[in-house]
Amino acid sequence: MRKEYETVIGLEVHVELATKTKIFCSCSTAFGSQPNTHTCPVCTGMPGSLPVLNKKVVEYAMAVGVATGCQINQYSKFDRKNYFYPDNPQNYQISQLYLPICHDGGIEIETKAGRKIIGIHEIHMEEDAGKLVHDDWEEVSLVDYNRSGVPLIEIVSEPDMRSAEEVIAYLEKLRMMIQYLGASDCKMQEGSMRADVNLSVREAGAEKFGTRTEMKNIGSFKAIARAIEAEAVRQIDLLESGGQVVQETRRWNDEQGYSYAMRSKEDAQDYRYFPEPDLVPIVVSDEWLQQIRDNQPEMRDEKLKRYQETFGLPEYDAQILTSAKKLADLFEATTELCQKPKKVSNWLIGETMRLLKEHEMDPEQLSFSPKNLAKVIQLTEDGTINGTVAKEVFEEVFARDIDPDAYVKEKGLKTVNDEGALRKAIARVIKENPQSVEDYRGGKEKAIGFLVGQTMKAMKGKANPGIINQILKEML
Amino acid sequence: MKLLALTAVGLGKKIKAGEVSAEEAAKEALEAIKARESQVHSFVTIDEEGIVKRAREVQKGILQGEYYSPLAGVPVAVKDNLCIQGLLTTCSSKMLYNFIPTYTAEAVRNLEKAGAVIVGKTNMDEFAMGSTTETSAYGVTKNPWNTGHVPGGSSGGSCAAVAAEEVSYALGSDTGGSIRQPSSFCGVTGIKPTYGTVSRYGLIAYGSSLDQVGPIAKDVSDCAAILETITSYDKKDSTSIERKEKDFTSALVEDVSGMKIGIPRDYLGAGLEPQVKDAVLAAAKKLEEQGAVVEEFDLSLVEYAIPAYYVIAAAEASSNLERFDGVKYGYRAKEYEGLHNMYKKSRSEGFGMEVKRRIMLGSFVLSSGYYDAYYLKALRTKALIKRAFDKAFERYDVILGPTAPTTAPKLGELLNDPLKMYLGDVYTVSVNLAGLPAISLPCGLDKNGLPIGLQIIGDCFQEKKMIRAAFAYEQSRAYQRCPLAGK
Repeated sequence: MRKEYETVIGLEVHVELATKTKIFCSCSTAFGSQPNTHTCPVCTGMPGSLPVLNKKVVEYAMAVGVATGCQINQYSKFDRKNYFYPDNPQNYQISQLYLPICHDGGIEIETKAGRKIIGIHEIHMEEDAGKLVHDDWEEVSLVDYNRSGVPLIEIVSEPDMRSAEEVIAYLEKLRMMIQYLGASDCKMQEGSMRADVNLSVREAGAEKFGTRTEMKNIGSFKAIARAIEAEAVRQIDLLESGGQVVQETRRWNDEQGYSYAMRSKEDAQDYRYFPEPDLVPIVVSDEWLQQIRDNQPEMRDEKLKRYQETFGLPEYDAQILTSAKKLADLFEATTELCQKPKKVSNWLIGETMRLLKEHEMDPEQLSFSPKNLAKVIQLTEDGTINGTVAKEVFEEVFARDIDPDAYVKEKGLKTVNDEGALRKAIARVIKENPQSVEDYRGGKEKAIGFLVGQTMKAMKGKANPGIINQILKEML
Repeated sequence: MKLLALTAVGLGKKIKAGEVSAEEAAKEALEAIKARESQVHSFVTIDEEGIVKRAREVQKGILQGEYYSPLAGVPVAVKDNLCIQGLLTTCSSKMLYNFIPTYTAEAVRNLEKAGAVIVGKTNMDEFAMGSTTETSAYGVTKNPWNTGHVPGGSSGGSCAAVAAEEVSYALGSDTGGSIRQPSSFCGVTGIKPTYGTVSRYGLIAYGSSLDQVGPIAKDVSDCAAILETITSYDKKDSTSIERKEKDFTSALVEDVSGMKIGIPRDYLGAGLEPQVKDAVLAAAKKLEEQGAVVEEFDLSLVEYAIPAYYVIAAAEASSNLERFDGVKYGYRAKEYEGLHNMYKKSRSEGFGMEVKRRIMLGSFVLSSGYYDAYYLKALRTKALIKRAFDKAFERYDVILGPTAPTTAPKLGELLNDPLKMYLGDVYTVSVNLAGLPAISLPCGLDKNGLPIGLQIIGDCFQEKKMIRAAFAYEQSRAYQRCPLAGK
């Protein structure tokens, strides 16, 4: 008989901050540029270069700390973590060990099991490493230091999670909060949010934690959920068969659906941490901290309330619009332009969400401008285009952010409001569909729908179905 | 035509007055180097082509009123751990045998802005680790007073070049006495400024929390003028401090009446050569005759300075030198198998003995399980030493003592006895641990004709008091040229 087991999970989440420049030099943090074009003596570890802290990094870290209920260390320091690897040009990473900027916070998550607080042990600031590019053909490795020195915060949770579901809820909540703060775009696919999973199992009711393993840099929420399920099973199987879990770092292969050991605790490196002598301690004055607190942007709960109260939206709409910062931003900007909050909401929670699902995209990947959505709404409202055409135009806006005015003109999609032309077309439809006409006259109300459709077809979709309906009834 | 026998400021005046040109001074420096390098070997790199061209440009700038510094047009040598754009910078290590920086150290930039003409890069102990300039990968520098002796270190090349009159003045760096001790051994004057006064940007780090760049010259006036020029608040160095008063030359007044001078009894005990002691006490006497109040006191903790210093400096060095790995620049082993073997062979072949010793020592004191016992304890000792100095400066304007316990030892004498070499830093390292300014200036010769150095230590940011005391003492004696320079 198999025993009951409980899975215990803690996360280390790395988030790349949205600063324009790197943490210790003024190089750009832009993603996707030519290799080694955003580099300088500081972020390539040249001798004699010195780091200078980007103040914005501290502000973002504090903002995340405040939002997650952390204590802020008003006297904080950087430390050096020493290890040799070519992506790390100095062969030490400037991080925080002894006095991290934030500690002892927590966020509330909600799952089927109910509400629960996940504790945050600490949040510290550090620099990202460069990227190694292995060229198997030439048998060489190349290194790109564009990412070297990009600011990161590492959010270390307490081992408070008990299932993949809780982990995903925690990550989603964290991501949403950070996006609301504007501290990061948290794009997993670009690596601006990465999670290491620490996992152990113990017999249900046991007080002591089991031996944990760590799985590093898993690429997506879905992969994290799969990795957790698989690792819990692996550890339980191991214990059930009389074996023991070894404290080690494992790599999850999501395609193959299994993990393998990378290094055990025995070969764990001694990072020889010590205080970074090239940087002075960070002293956060009461005023500075207050400023951070005062400038915290509106978070989800506040928006949720405001959308219902100020814009009169149903709770359902407000829930969806505030589920991602990007959607909320689009909603607010578009509403500002067209002053039609419910219409804007309809487009976002309807067509936008449908297209996102169809293309398997996240709201963060939305790239159309509020201006063009506002134009689609305007064109529909003033009857220039009908609903069907509007959807077609919006698909183009969604995909390529086209200018709807120009598109409608170019493609000749304007609704024909010439009553003479409409009446002509309707007369022809009536003539060509005697059966439907008879059905309608015989009391089958539905038949008129078919006739409207036929007229629309004849008008190549560029008519107002309401008006067709009206004229049809009149002519019949 | 003995332009290099003049002080830097003296030569600068003549250039400004149009009596001589910057080009003539530069050419004379090149001739002096040609004549004496085979005996002294102060330089790793001499910028023969660049110097004359630069001298001409500066001369033009002087005539157009672009340069008004007293140092404009005066030839200077720079220690080889200060980066200069386009000029080989080796730290006297095989590891950086081919390293040409794309940037210039802030201290050097400040000199360039003042119209200095840089002659070349001076030899040093490898990565500034050593007290004799014998650990250089590019040959030993010899003491111009007696070429059978070491010049001291690690700024031995800079001090020898000034003493041998190959240049008018030089820049050095001081982590535990690396400006003051060779200044003492070579009979020249050198200042280690308050930590944070001179930017460390472009100085290849040894012990980051202790390193300071400073001037080496023939006299106190030159040093004050050079320090004034290289002092700057630099945003590129987070430990840089905005100095309110940096008019150091205004302290060049011959007046010490009422100045309180303390001599730590701890600096006069065992290990101190009697001849050095006599010369230092005689210097104190001179200051007393000029109206200063001199008394001995107990500084305490002196015996802990060397262990604390070697733990902290080695710990920082072990990390600072990690970037030299054969991946990005500098030396890479010719044959290796895989990444780790490449690291291992490149570093084993690229670094010398003393550097490896300190990397091992530093890695050890930072390793898990030893951090608290060594590194943290050393940091606490550092804080206590600072407090002992704070207490002393409540009573004294400056502290006076020897720079080193001996005069320059013979070549090879210390190379195989690192512990003895480390003990030679007993009077200098605590100044770095406490971040204080200190000056070393000549105060006589021993019976073998080797120079003796007097050290005057100031409180943090009190360089002017220290300079005033040193200047007043200096007026009581004439500058002694080394025999080699006189030839």
